[in-house]
Amino acid sequence: MQQSIEAVKLTKSYGSFIALSDLNLKLEGAKCIGFLGPNGAGKTTTLKLFTDMIRPSEGHALVGGIDVHSNKKEALSSCAALIETPEIYPSLTPVEALSMIAEIRGVPSEERGKRIEDSLSEVKMLEWKDKKVGRFSKGMKQRVNIASVLISDPSIIMLDEPTTGLDPRGMSEVREIVKSLKRRNRLIFMSSHLLNEVTDVCDEVAMIDHGKLLAYDTISNIILKFSKNGSNIIEVGFSRAVDDSIIAEIGKLGNVKGTSKIDETNLRVEISGDIKAQEDLLYELASMKIGVISFKPSTSALESSYLNMIKETL
Amino acid sequence: MPKQDVPSSIAQTFTVTKFELLNYFRSRRFIIMLGIGVIIGALLTLLVGYYRPSSFTTSSIDFYSSWWGTAAAYIVILSSIFFGGDAISGEFQNKTGYFTVGNPIRRSSIYTGKWLAAFIASFMIIVVFVAMTVLNNFYYFGPNMPYQFVESFLFTVLYLISVLGLTFFFSSLFKSSSIAILTTVVLMLFAFSLIQNLVNALVHIEPWFLITYGAGIIGNILTVPYPLHTSITRFGHVAITSYAVTVPEGVAILAIYFIVTAVLGLVLFERKEFN
Repeated sequence: MQQSIEAVKLTKSYGSFIALSDLNLKLEGAKCIGFLGPNGAGKTTTLKLFTDMIRPSEGHALVGGIDVHSNKKEALSSCAALIETPEIYPSLTPVEALSMIAEIRGVPSEERGKRIEDSLSEVKMLEWKDKKVGRFSKGMKQRVNIASVLISDPSIIMLDEPTTGLDPRGMSEVREIVKSLKRRNRLIFMSSHLLNEVTDVCDEVAMIDHGKLLAYDTISNIILKFSKNGSNIIEVGFSRAVDDSIIAEIGKLGNVKGTSKIDETNLRVEISGDIKAQEDLLYELASMKIGVISFKPSTSALESSYLNMIKETL
Repeated sequence: MPKQDVPSSIAQTFTVTKFELLNYFRSRRFIIMLGIGVIIGALLTLLVGYYRPSSFTTSSIDFYSSWWGTAAAYIVILSSIFFGGDAISGEFQNKTGYFTVGNPIRRSSIYTGKWLAAFIASFMIIVVFVAMTVLNNFYYFGPNMPYQFVESFLFTVLYLISVLGLTFFFSSLFKSSSIAILTTVVLMLFAFSLIQNLVNALVHIEPWFLITYGAGIIGNILTVPYPLHTSITRFGHVAITSYAVTVPEGVAILAIYFIVTAVLGLVLFERKEFN
């Protein structure tokens, strides 16, 4: 089965209200794609269409090249999804709830026990494994829900605001889980309101509003394309405090339009150009041996692009 | 990339049944329904033991007719409401459906699996009530079980299948569990009986379209001889026609109710969206 998610003229309407309009989007390969949009933009609708929780009014939702609505079992055989915040039968324990999903998904019985332990361990719920889910907090339930996605080790994962209900530590842990899935060559499609979350874990973003896809590209290209002055902002982290001489040196590098200090060890660098300009900047910074330890598109730049884009559709 | 073979739909159905049953057995509703069954049986035991009404103590078949023929239908209705009333609507209202529906499983497997679980749980309650009935009969009449009781028991099981079909249909029809349960309660405990009486008294036609009329075979089979299909009672100048459902008619009514409501309920669940 190919590792892809594809919407072909996907439309969902409720009477005269169009929740999703003619969405054409193909995601493939091993990467994480953030799905951004304001409330009511159509993010959850899209993910529900991809899991056959709702039916398309027109068009097709394909997972692994197979139409979800006409052949759900095969389409979702290598795909796991977490849509909204599901409730688990309150009388079941996490082990039992995950056993149910493992059996439904065909996890071999000899592997089930270990997979359940591993999944619960990954979401830090191992010590609660034999307690009834009905007594859990919303955040704890969401951790079990995330474990249910991991249990079958799917190649395609769809997550609808997975950090909902989690405390900051839980949110950070989920981000780490998503990153580890990326390292294991999974295709992850994740909706989120949290731009820092998307910037942190995603390679690409698809932006949607009023049921229409506004853009789908790498984060850098989105920032470049939709920033007001066609520039791109990168946040560079250093292992030690950066002094003015270093900032001045960086300011002289090609494509650099400006710099500003975020704090003692972090610098915001505004550059012109696309992904190649970023690559060049990273190379030059590394060559300077000034203690660069991180390099990522700025959350605020993505936020700014996002807001610009949303404004255009109002 | 890992590739797992998804089990057959039948295997998935049994998986749903297994965990739904586990949920029932752990939840209060099974204990409460079991308690209701035991209380009804215990009350009948005490009342019959203390007052020794002639309708119960004349013969074994009369005992079963008065005991089982009166209570079995209510046990069926209550069990069905307890275990089936919110089985499907709860998937939407409580969002438990979000946990299962997004997986590679047909909705029909979820529906059938939940139906089977509700049937097994209800059947267990009925078996407990049967045990109490048989023990009481044993106390009064010894190890003598008329074959009509076995038939009546089988008709009760058919009635359970039929009522669960109807309950699941309403549970699929409404997204609100309380509305689904209320509709079933009102129809099964009040409305159908009322309609049956009105149809008999005012329209003078056989109420063949009512599930409760079809369930009449549970009690009728325990009456020897089997009641006449049509009987007319006169009060002065007024004649009231009453009908006793025949066995083939009753079986057909219950079977058709099950088939129609099961198909409709399944179609509704297949089409219903998780909004």
